[in-house]
Amino acid sequence: MIYSLLVMSSPASGHCAMTAARFAQALVARGHSIKRVFFLDAGCCNGSATAVFPQDEDQRLEPWVTLAEQNGVELVLCIASALKHGMLDDSEARRYDRPAATVHPAFIVSGLGQLVEAVACADRLVTFGG
Amino acid sequence: MAASEAKRVLLVIRHSPYGSSLARASIDLALAAAAFDQDVSLLFLGDGVLQLCPDQQADAVGSRNLGRLLASLPLYDITQVYVDADAVTRYRLDLAAAPVTAQALDRQAISQLMGSHDHLVGF
Repeated sequence: MIYSLLVMSSPASGHCAMTAARFAQALVARGHSIKRVFFLDAGCCNGSATAVFPQDEDQRLEPWVTLAEQNGVELVLCIASALKHGMLDDSEARRYDRPAATVHPAFIVSGLGQLVEAVACADRLVTFGG
Repeated sequence: MAASEAKRVLLVIRHSPYGSSLARASIDLALAAAAFDQDVSLLFLGDGVLQLCPDQQADAVGSRNLGRLLASLPLYDITQVYVDADAVTRYRLDLAAAPVTAQALDRQAISQLMGSHDHLVGF
């Protein structure tokens, strides 16, 4: 079955974003395919390469990076939300003259059309947060 | 768009207009879906019905006017707009003066509406 995930929760508040990552891992383990994970609103902060979490807590970024790099899962941050949360990739950082990129390269910054397509192509859409 | 068959998508909108950035995001998604020729319907549920308040003075809170954005929905061919009748009564909302025409549904009709769509996107 083809799944798409919509994540609207910040990694810094509650466990919802972590649950989304674990759900994605479980889908892959069960042999389902994931069309795309789309991060909206505060969910964009899941793509932060610069956030630092306490060492005795689960790491928030690493499960997503593993899903992208080892399982080929496409991770897309909503560009409008990402800019507002200071989540910039290299080209956006240059465009807005900011000192550095803050988005991990495993994530793509793109528009809402990517969510529209992800919904249209999926058998199941599962939303986390909101 | 690589979609094989057209999916019927219902956006379930539960956020009041100026309390959360997700209120605006849900309407932006509706417009994006319409721009990609998707079959999209909107349901304002619970506190979300407050988005249909007439004469919203958004500049008082330094925001863009969401009511004005809602008024543009018919221009994008989004005409399937539904609203939670119980919440309309609770908030004493005047639907006749709402920025967009919305059909009030009771609980049973809302349940049927949700069942008739392929995907629910909940905000």
